[in-house]
Amino acid sequence: MKIHEYQARELLAAYGVPVPPGRVARRAAEAARIAEEIGLPVVIKAQVLVGGRGKAGGVKLAHSVAEVRQAAAKILNLTIKDIPVQAVLVAKAVDIRKEYYLSVTVDRANKMAVFIVSASGGVDIEELAVKEPEKILKSYIDPLRGPDDRQLRRFMSAAFPKALLDQAVETAGQLYRLLIDKDCSLVEINPYAQIDETTLIAADAKINFDDNGLPKHAEVEAMRTEEEYSREEIEAKEAGLSFVSLDGDIGCIVNGAGLAMATMDLIKLFGGRPANFLDVGGSSSPQKVLTALQLLTRNRDLKAILINIFGGITRCDDIAKGILIAREQIDLPVPLVIRLIGTNEKEGRALLEQAGLEAASEMTAAVKKVLERAKAGV
Amino acid sequence: MGILIENNTKVLVQGITGRDGSFHASSMLEYGTRVVGGVTPGKGGQEVHGLPVFNTVARAVAATGADCSVIFVPARFATAALREAADSGIGLIVCITEGVPVLEMIANYYYIRQKGARLIGPNCPGLINPGKSKVGIMPGHIHKPGGIGVISRSGTLTYEVVYNLTLAGLGQSTCIGIGGDPVIGTGYIDLLELFEKDPDTQGVVIIGEIGGEDEEQAAEYIRREVGKPVVAFISGRTAPPGKRMGHAGAIISGGKGTAEAKVKAFQEAGVPVADRPDRIPELIKEKLGS
Repeated sequence: MKIHEYQARELLAAYGVPVPPGRVARRAAEAARIAEEIGLPVVIKAQVLVGGRGKAGGVKLAHSVAEVRQAAAKILNLTIKDIPVQAVLVAKAVDIRKEYYLSVTVDRANKMAVFIVSASGGVDIEELAVKEPEKILKSYIDPLRGPDDRQLRRFMSAAFPKALLDQAVETAGQLYRLLIDKDCSLVEINPYAQIDETTLIAADAKINFDDNGLPKHAEVEAMRTEEEYSREEIEAKEAGLSFVSLDGDIGCIVNGAGLAMATMDLIKLFGGRPANFLDVGGSSSPQKVLTALQLLTRNRDLKAILINIFGGITRCDDIAKGILIAREQIDLPVPLVIRLIGTNEKEGRALLEQAGLEAASEMTAAVKKVLERAKAGV
Repeated sequence: MGILIENNTKVLVQGITGRDGSFHASSMLEYGTRVVGGVTPGKGGQEVHGLPVFNTVARAVAATGADCSVIFVPARFATAALREAADSGIGLIVCITEGVPVLEMIANYYYIRQKGARLIGPNCPGLINPGKSKVGIMPGHIHKPGGIGVISRSGTLTYEVVYNLTLAGLGQSTCIGIGGDPVIGTGYIDLLELFEKDPDTQGVVIIGEIGGEDEEQAAEYIRREVGKPVVAFISGRTAPPGKRMGHAGAIISGGKGTAEAKVKAFQEAGVPVADRPDRIPELIKEKLGS
């Protein structure tokens, strides 16, 4: 899960990391009031989860209250990469002498958390990693003991001068505590800005969370912004389905993420375009199948639906029941192709046959058939 | 032979009184797995499917001599269950549970390793040595004893592939679902090493998916160290970047973890990659024949 910069700043501040004074505003007048309160000049920054907001005109410097009002109104009217800007951060503009980079993240390949620092901050770190990898320094963290103070200090001294070192080391420790406490996948300060001889401040912040950690942290879950997922994706999640919209026209309902991806791939291999990824999950009740069909049929581009089930924990008769209930409750506007195999296959097939539906047993045959029927429209 | 489990593997079920634990304990017993007991704190003294239930893994091990444990507890109890198993001298821990936070798993990984145990999973279907022992949730009947080792990050897609192998007359030595999470206990390379040494395994099928770089590392390892024929399948060729495709680990991020990169890595290591699951049997047959 991702959160906005203003939320990330609040979390960092709560862990003792200095951030410039500032608050979030949803209207231009509110932005002006905040600017008056914290003092000018201020930066006004669009709060969207997508990158590239600076290039899109979503970040502006303002020297007077009138300018703040004008800039905030303009930014709040922007749409950045299809996302309408709904809020701006109004933060005290700081005089930046030098930009550093500091983050702690999870390195899955090495199975460890890692500190990443650079004396060349302010730029996109992934870009820097490609162009000038020697400017990025990494220090892995002992997963059982946490960071070692002396080692951390030695590591940080390669990027930070003596006058800033104490503060940088302290902040690194605070980022690590935040990472562990809240099950984050990334805590990043970029730029980590030097504003005078001895002071560093988090001029921008980004925090991502491990979705698996969210049930442990209600306060983090409460920060969720709807912008990250489509309405369908949120509804699917609430129903216990895993769903991702794509831009094709063949709807898929599959049990298991790997099989769901393989089904999409096979549709493409045979010249079709999958409309979605949908995993009904392990113990799929008839209700889940109904919800899945309801979600899919909302898509106006949809030409056909393929249900591909390899029963393990999932029972084929539960799936068949769901299909039959759905047929009674919703008018399926497109052809439906079913593939059923595995646990309780006989019972599932019998249920479908009684209702005049047939089911394939091979995946490849089912995919070919759904593409034919999408073309024919029946 | 086969790897990791055999006829005599004595299996404990952690979370045996829960819905999933109880259901799969019975299905494992039916398959012929030597399930010797279960653990649910506070429910010691009860019986499930005629199996004794213990309060702690330590007591269960003392009473039954179990050397393997399969974990079905909810995600919030998984770390405690994993560590308890490792502390009690269980050698092979299989974690079916989905949804364990990554940072907890990182610490668990090193903790379990320090204790000298091996972890399969989490978020996995478990493993099966066909005809001998099943420690997990896969439908046993689609498997058949034979010479193909299967390693997969997926659950149902593995069943699909195994079903196709069995249809083509290719039995399996051991099939292991390693799990769909970003951090897992046992990866491709650990298992390739074991399969390479296993006299019953003639060839290996790897079922990978988008996300991470484990497949790329496995390809490099195969090129250097594996003499037996290996073929692969990668799912997620149509997955958009930045979206988690069901599995926590199945996400393309920062341009890394694409299906194309994985297919390329395997092909460069001399590992043919099937473009559809039902083509895997012919590819492995070709490789075995050569």
